[in-house]
Amino acid sequence: METPETLAASIPDGALLALPPDNSLAPCELARALVRRGARGLRLLGVPVSGFATDLLIGAGCVASVQTSAVTLGEAGTAPRFADAVRRGAIAVIDATCPAIHTMLQAAEKGVPFMPLRGVLGSDVLAHRADWKVIDNPFAQGGADGGDPILLLPALSPDVAAFHAVCADADGNVWVGRRRELATLAHAARRAVVTVERMVAGSLLDDERMAAGTISGTYIDAVAVAARGAWPLGLLDEYAADAAHISDYAKAARTDAGFACYLERHVLPSRSQAAE
Amino acid sequence: MIASHEERLIGAVARLILDPAAPPARHIAVGAASPIPAAACWLVRKLGHKVRLSLLHRPRGNPFTEGSRELFDLAGQGRIDLFFLGGGQIDGQANLNLIGTGDWPGRDARFPGSFGSAFMYFMTPRTILFREEHSPRVLVERVDIVSAPGISPPGVFRRGTAQALVTGRCVFGFDGAGFSLVSLHPGETAAGVRDNTGFDYAGDDAPITPDPTPGELAVLRGPVCDEMRETYPDFCRRVWNAP
Repeated sequence: METPETLAASIPDGALLALPPDNSLAPCELARALVRRGARGLRLLGVPVSGFATDLLIGAGCVASVQTSAVTLGEAGTAPRFADAVRRGAIAVIDATCPAIHTMLQAAEKGVPFMPLRGVLGSDVLAHRADWKVIDNPFAQGGADGGDPILLLPALSPDVAAFHAVCADADGNVWVGRRRELATLAHAARRAVVTVERMVAGSLLDDERMAAGTISGTYIDAVAVAARGAWPLGLLDEYAADAAHISDYAKAARTDAGFACYLERHVLPSRSQAAE
Repeated sequence: MIASHEERLIGAVARLILDPAAPPARHIAVGAASPIPAAACWLVRKLGHKVRLSLLHRPRGNPFTEGSRELFDLAGQGRIDLFFLGGGQIDGQANLNLIGTGDWPGRDARFPGSFGSAFMYFMTPRTILFREEHSPRVLVERVDIVSAPGISPPGVFRRGTAQALVTGRCVFGFDGAGFSLVSLHPGETAAGVRDNTGFDYAGDDAPITPDPTPGELAVLRGPVCDEMRETYPDFCRRVWNAP
């Protein structure tokens, strides 16, 4: 029987761990379990941007680098532990731009070494990416000398993808509703670990109405139940984000002491739980 | 009816959307944390103009079933006519900086990051820039870091660039090379705008930004507010006293 703690134990220190943004099934309980297990050196990938779980993991010292297109707490503003870590040079930031992250994952899901993407030329994001290349479009009129430069992005396979879905069945199929971009993430990752609100009877893929929002168990390595596992973020139409909590976090996490208090209160095991 | 500051900005953005000299806006997308651009789009729609709106962060009725990946694919194909961007810094060549100030990657002050700007700015026939803070620290001669360039050399595939920049003080037009003053919001002076702008631009003699008409204000305070409340409850409370 998997739990958020066993999933966290299966994510090794130093892993390239891909996480969805705050409005798309972010696995917050799993992030708390990673803090509790004392994970170190994680290389986070925001797909395509990063939010609460990333800030929490950075603050708790779990993170070596973040590849992302933005880190934000949305209406609550700046991600304070991320901003502080950048200021101190405590983490490496590998800046990308949203469609580039989607495209690198799409290349991995197709099993091809790279894919092209329009735009981005002249951005300093490109200037700081030694792993991104620009070629002249070989299909342009006039061939490769046609003077149509285009960006090529390498395939990117995260070691682990993690998200919090609504439900799963005994075959390991998980239901993500309309957030089907998570299927690309699961397809591209070497492993996918998923927490869910609940298990359901039968097969999600036998139900025509559920199948389109389902990611096949083919791509899912482990599932654990974590009720309200996206909290304090929201989950589709299951529950709304806890805006007051996120706002309180954003204030508390401005200082080291405030963040430490937050961890004690909301993340680390209480003494009574630890004694169980 | 007296227009509030926010309603004036919404009206100014709506007029830019409807500018007959600009490429047509049949499908407009609006990103996160953009209540004024979103309200301007709703105003255009509620005034009866046929326009498809894709509001990325609408919790219900979100048009995408593959998240933001679908937005970027749509834009890549040329199916989005207009997008909105801002920046922690914006310079006189309409370069945008959403990454930070100081040394890479923003060691002085880190902004959230580029989001999709480095792609979207190239892919839509036009972009309306919106940044309410109009100060020399935001409107700079040259951005510290270019998230998305305003101008590309010949040969680089690009469908468009900035149409205009709307700030809390004025409207600037962009002609593909530089900005020019289009209108001053009520209470602003040409000298005051010049003092608060770090980049050079053409023109000081500009009319006052017109207020929304009483009919437009009624639409804003009624049906537009109703559409906005779920996504932007704080904004609607502040601007329209919505419950």
